Amino acid sequence: MKYTDSGSKDTRSGFGAGLHELGKSNENVVALCADLTGSLKMDAFKNDFPDRFFQTGIAEANMMGIAAGMTIGGKIPFTGTFANFSTGRVYDQIRQSIAYSGKNVKICASHAGLTLGEDGATHQILEDIGLMKMLPGMTVISPCDYNQTKAATIAIADYDGPVYLRFGRPKVANFTNPDEKFEIGKAQMLKEGKDVTIIANGHLVWEALQAADALEAKGVNAEVINIHTIKPLDDAAILASIRKTGCVVTAEEHQRNGGLGDSVAQLLASSTPTPQEFVAVNDSFGESGKPADLLVKYGLSKENIVAAAEKVMVRK
Amino acid sequence: MNDLKGLCSQVRRDIVRMVHAVNSGHPGGSLGCTEYFVALYGDIMKYDAKNFTMDGVGEDLFFLSNGHISPVYYSTLARMDFFPVEELNTFRKIDSRLQGHPTTHEGLPGIRIASGSLGQGMSVAIGAAEAKKLNNDDRTVFSLHGDGELQEGQIWEAAMYAAGNKVDNLICTIDANGQQIDGSTDDVLPMGSIGAKFEAFGWDVMTIEKGNDLDSVIAGLNEAKSRTGKGKPVCVVMKTEMGAGVDFMMGTHKWHGVAPNDEQLAEALAQNPETLSDY
Repeated sequence: MKYTDSGSKDTRSGFGAGLHELGKSNENVVALCADLTGSLKMDAFKNDFPDRFFQTGIAEANMMGIAAGMTIGGKIPFTGTFANFSTGRVYDQIRQSIAYSGKNVKICASHAGLTLGEDGATHQILEDIGLMKMLPGMTVISPCDYNQTKAATIAIADYDGPVYLRFGRPKVANFTNPDEKFEIGKAQMLKEGKDVTIIANGHLVWEALQAADALEAKGVNAEVINIHTIKPLDDAAILASIRKTGCVVTAEEHQRNGGLGDSVAQLLASSTPTPQEFVAVNDSFGESGKPADLLVKYGLSKENIVAAAEKVMVRK
Repeated sequence: MNDLKGLCSQVRRDIVRMVHAVNSGHPGGSLGCTEYFVALYGDIMKYDAKNFTMDGVGEDLFFLSNGHISPVYYSTLARMDFFPVEELNTFRKIDSRLQGHPTTHEGLPGIRIASGSLGQGMSVAIGAAEAKKLNNDDRTVFSLHGDGELQEGQIWEAAMYAAGNKVDNLICTIDANGQQIDGSTDDVLPMGSIGAKFEAFGWDVMTIEKGNDLDSVIAGLNEAKSRTGKGKPVCVVMKTEMGAGVDFMMGTHKWHGVAPNDEQLAEALAQNPETLSDY
């Protein structure tokens, strides 16, 4: 199947649309926001369900604690702020009051990664997935486009337990099926191939599909898998693909340390040692700039994925 | 009331015996808050100990924010039938539900949130109070905080939120014993007037002058309850003495996190007669 861009949309709007749907369908869903309602696209929920919307002001630690407390009484809180303030700033609150306490809080994080763009490195968190996946019991999800972010937002309300949902700011290709149900922990096969496996998530899934087209033109048959759920990882899907192709490229808008590639490497090292190349930010902070330019400068473009695929195939 | 005074004595015995048995834990703050816990669970709160549910719908809820005073919490919960008193024997030992700091992780009835890392419990209590409002549940949410704990910034984020949003089904009590690990709160980080700070944040503030006098604590908490539902969160500044009830532990921060030796245990027990059976 060939994926086409149905028109660029931001993944954060997918979150906002999913949250609004949940407002209609699940009266236990409540939303909390730390002064970024517009940025997180939470306005529709706020306007239509004002009694279930909680503005905490610029006080993220308190927001996480309130969310934890609201689960006591059966509420399903969705917190909304930037990824940096959803994780690093409030790590201890998440660790103790949410993860260790096993609370059913959905931590929804926008503006993740380099593609936040012009605001620069203070806001471009590239460590959030690592921070969250290290927490016992935390589910970690990074969907690839508007449709999938909307579906993921709706899906996590039905799952009982803490979830980190990561999405972004810029308008990017929207290419997955709007009617496809989101399954937590289930890999999404986007393109079958036999020469090399490309595993990506978030904004880099579209880059990976473009890279696969470019490779095809060079006679390389690449398989592309969207691992939108970093934890729990779909071990079976990854291993099945590796058995076919014998090598893998992982691609993500995150630090190499602690990201998707690191999870895949752990799986492969302990099961089926396999040549792997990492397309990720390599121990560096980001900087201001246009999202597309930043992806190129930090080695996360489709060209980097193509180069990594060619390199890893030689190592088979 | 006499029963509850006797219970205070027994809870104090439990506290010193628990920390002595594992040579670790926090007796000072636990002893100082004994009357508060006994008043809260013995008189003030409505709850169902035998059928504990996490959601606690239709019940009053309590959150311990300064989790290190777990001995007084565990003793009170056990004595109020949340779990068998014998389980106090397992405090801080491997495979126990009675972790060094309280946690939901091991499923101990009575505990609704983990605490230990300070400053988080007020936010959690606010969340539970907001959920009660959404559920049209008119019961009250109580929380306890150390005075030293107020040095954590999250407390003031929470204080600002609770007043700004009229979370008036919430009674936060501050254990004002003037001590913290490194010394007196005035030496470590002078905080000025705690009550004035909460007042400035928009809370209804009251004081319990004799926080180690059971009658005063019960009267004070009843007064606090009467102030709920009036548009403001209620802050109770409760003056206590760290180590209260064991004379050589009083008036110093030195027993914040130190267990008594055999001799000291005997002395502490002699000052607190057995009223129920020791576990």
